[in-house]
Amino acid sequence: MTTMTEQATQVYSVFIRATPEQVWDGITKPEFTTRYFYGTKIDSTFEPATPYLSVAADGGETLVDGEIIESDPPRILRHTWRSLFDDDTAAEPPSRVTWEIEPQEGGVTKLTVTHDQLEASPKTAAGVAGGWSYVLSGLKTLLETGEPLQG
Amino acid sequence: MKTDDDLVFRALADPTRRHLLDRLYERDGRTLTELESELEMTRFGVMKHLRLLEEAGLVVTRREGRQKLHYLNPVPIRLIHDRWIDKYRERQVSALANLKSELEETA
Repeated sequence: MTTMTEQATQVYSVFIRATPEQVWDGITKPEFTTRYFYGTKIDSTFEPATPYLSVAADGGETLVDGEIIESDPPRILRHTWRSLFDDDTAAEPPSRVTWEIEPQEGGVTKLTVTHDQLEASPKTAAGVAGGWSYVLSGLKTLLETGEPLQG
Repeated sequence: MKTDDDLVFRALADPTRRHLLDRLYERDGRTLTELESELEMTRFGVMKHLRLLEEAGLVVTRREGRQKLHYLNPVPIRLIHDRWIDKYRERQVSALANLKSELEETA
């Protein structure tokens, strides 16, 4: 069997039958994120150098914090990332997440998430490795069917 | 259509391609030259397999300087998982949650 080493750069990609604007809304509007992003509300103005927060929809606890680096709707969103839901990962330096949205032929949009600058954050790297697949699968299902994976 | 499960199953139906995914699972972001060095196969053969994996969405490439790096993308496998497995798992989870609240009520 192979073993997974923590990857300092992780790339995840999914094709979604939706417009780039719909995908952008799915990423940036709390009414969407609560339905596929571990029940968290996104909280950000998406202005560069302002906070990017992922807040538990029920308790208000901040689970992820970061800062917007770049926002160009509906093409690219880039922000820093710290996983606060675990003391070990919260102590690690911030990493970086880039969402890239590219229209394809036939009404399909390609969404690519690159989580990098994880060299000094191995616990965060291990923690998010399975999570991004779950999140992107959930976002695709929500945008294509109007129904979240859970519930 | 790139999102077709057919492409994923066809890509996974070959031991060499699964081996390539195993190599990327061990260490992501590799060049064709690195991957080729671990397989007894021509460069052309490895390229062909990588192209099928990329078409299926199982491998994503990124350019870094002059290098083309290959990354394992597990999302298509997750989609297959969620399609047939998740609803049973969720039912199980909610059944456990119901049991917990019932036990707590009677305690």
